[in-house]
Amino acid sequence: MSVLSVNGLTVSFTTDGGTLTALRDVSFDIPDQRIVGVVGESGCGKSTLINAILGLLADNGRIDAGSVLFQNDRELTRLGDSDMRALRGQRISTVFQDPMGALNPVLSVGHQMINVQYRSGRSKAEKIARAVEMLRKVRIPDADTALSRYPHQFSGGMKQRIAIAMALMMEPALLIADEPTTALDATLEVATIELLKELQRDIGCSVLFISHHLGVIAELCDEVIVMYAGEVVERGTTRQVFNDPRHPYTFRLLDCDPARQHQRVRHLPTIPGEIPDLRRRPEGCIFAARCHRVHYACMRTPPVTEVGNGHAARCWLAGNPETVKVTA
Amino acid sequence: MSGAPVLEVDGVEVTFPVNRPLLRPFGRPHSIKGVAGVSFEVKRGETFALVGESGSGKTTLARAINGLQPVSAGSVTFEGQRIDGLGRAEMKLHRRRMAMMFQDPIGSLSPRQTVGELVTEAFRIHGSEGRDMRAETARLLSLVGLPLDFADRYPHQLSGGQARRVGVARAIAFNPVLVVADEPTAGLDVSVQGEVLNLLNDLRERLGLAMVIITHNLHVVRHVADRMAVMYLGRFVETGKTEAIFSEPSHPYTAALLSANPEPDPDKARDRISLPAEVPSLLARPSGCEFHTRCPWAREICRSTPPPASERAGRVLTCHFPLGPGEHPPERIGL
Repeated sequence: MSVLSVNGLTVSFTTDGGTLTALRDVSFDIPDQRIVGVVGESGCGKSTLINAILGLLADNGRIDAGSVLFQNDRELTRLGDSDMRALRGQRISTVFQDPMGALNPVLSVGHQMINVQYRSGRSKAEKIARAVEMLRKVRIPDADTALSRYPHQFSGGMKQRIAIAMALMMEPALLIADEPTTALDATLEVATIELLKELQRDIGCSVLFISHHLGVIAELCDEVIVMYAGEVVERGTTRQVFNDPRHPYTFRLLDCDPARQHQRVRHLPTIPGEIPDLRRRPEGCIFAARCHRVHYACMRTPPVTEVGNGHAARCWLAGNPETVKVTA
Repeated sequence: MSGAPVLEVDGVEVTFPVNRPLLRPFGRPHSIKGVAGVSFEVKRGETFALVGESGSGKTTLARAINGLQPVSAGSVTFEGQRIDGLGRAEMKLHRRRMAMMFQDPIGSLSPRQTVGELVTEAFRIHGSEGRDMRAETARLLSLVGLPLDFADRYPHQLSGGQARRVGVARAIAFNPVLVVADEPTAGLDVSVQGEVLNLLNDLRERLGLAMVIITHNLHVVRHVADRMAVMYLGRFVETGKTEAIFSEPSHPYTAALLSANPEPDPDKARDRISLPAEVPSLLARPSGCEFHTRCPWAREICRSTPPPASERAGRVLTCHFPLGPGEHPPERIGL
């Protein structure tokens, strides 16, 4: 069963320079109790995707086509504001990159952790007990007394863990984590990932994990979606995508990560060129202008080609892995 | 590479006053040491990396090197001359030869100046000496691989990678001998990060620059730096050749940092050294070895006695019990 099923989602924004198509024909599933990663570079539509799912698109944005089905019964793109509010924070919760932005600086941590339980029907004492329990779960020292402290009295890593505790307080079916470890130091980053994994198993929720850090995705996620310029170019299990990339962009992106080069190289691989102007989306394959394997067929938009169990890529060469992996 | 170092940093300390009179009766210090006595040198054509977590003093040290932050002890010698404690005017002469690239590629560019004005700003500050500004703009933009028509653009019209290139062009305007780059690739996508690092490497080779790169990304260090120093609470805990440190980290903190770098390989067996998350406050430095509060190997002596710096095969290390190859922590400690 899927917690979330996104199908053919197309989102555009009205700007001074014309209509900008930020997401085009995006489809993927988040299965029950799985961690699905979304990886892609700046401008690939990761944030728009989250906002579209949560019904938080800016005023100039609209969903042109497609559906976002939550737990097989609620169509989020057609849900009214109050129904959506009932879902957010309860059934679908979020953790963002900046923990300070997620916490109110003038309210104590306990105050905020009790507030987020306003729909739970619990008594005040139960809410406090639940808050303490969650703080213990995310390993905040002295959880009982931590409730009366304010966000600035915690370190960055602790604040992010408090934000995670708040997001999971209502045991949501889906946690959306938008670059939650990007602002943390390396040692804290891995500790936070390990914590997230443990809590996900504990609560039994699914996680949509957005990151541009390939190492973090490889470590945490069961499945991964690779996005480029508002399109899903490849999806599959993390092993399938990282070990056997079938889209030239995925291959090149993995190749660029200095962590993949075990020998010291003085010249690091790059992907020359820039993402296309999304107000004037080119015909055919979206990656064609930067692709080292571009050929005449790429003038037409390639279909999503299924190459293995759940592994698919939007490339004419997807069925021909040896060709994809040849560098120019 | 010529023999004499371009930059010599010797026992440098940087202190910040802590103005909290209420704490004084409790014996808290009146100042904290952001940098607590570090020494290193960088030769021509060499890249030296400073690595460490937030608050370890990397940026403060960079600012101390180029005189933006007064040094309270020790000395900074640049091209054979002491430059710590120099006045503004004297320092200005050295700043031409010693360029700084600040964090945040777009934020470090004035939004009201065009790229052309930005890359030639150094000439307006230090004197143009009859140079043709149009020719200089063309020269600098071509050195960093930007087309000439970028000269009329404003910073908000640039991507992160392009803004970084403008930052590099600004830094090399006066043919410096030393470039200090603070997180030159932070916030950039991996494909663009490679471009910026390749550019810095090319320029280092072509212009014979000495470089100091500050970063928290160890994967980057491995590819660009000849030597590196790992900082913890304002001190170097391990210094040496990059390749040697990567293949055999000797300080537990270095080993933990290296193991904490997630690699993009789902099949990689993870042998991770996890550290308790809390970094001690500079207001209350731990006794003995300052890393003992987080060190999985810490023993009694580490709590009481600061380890002396020892040198072994070009590696300087401050640890009572340096690690052997592939040594694992005695027990795993979580968050």
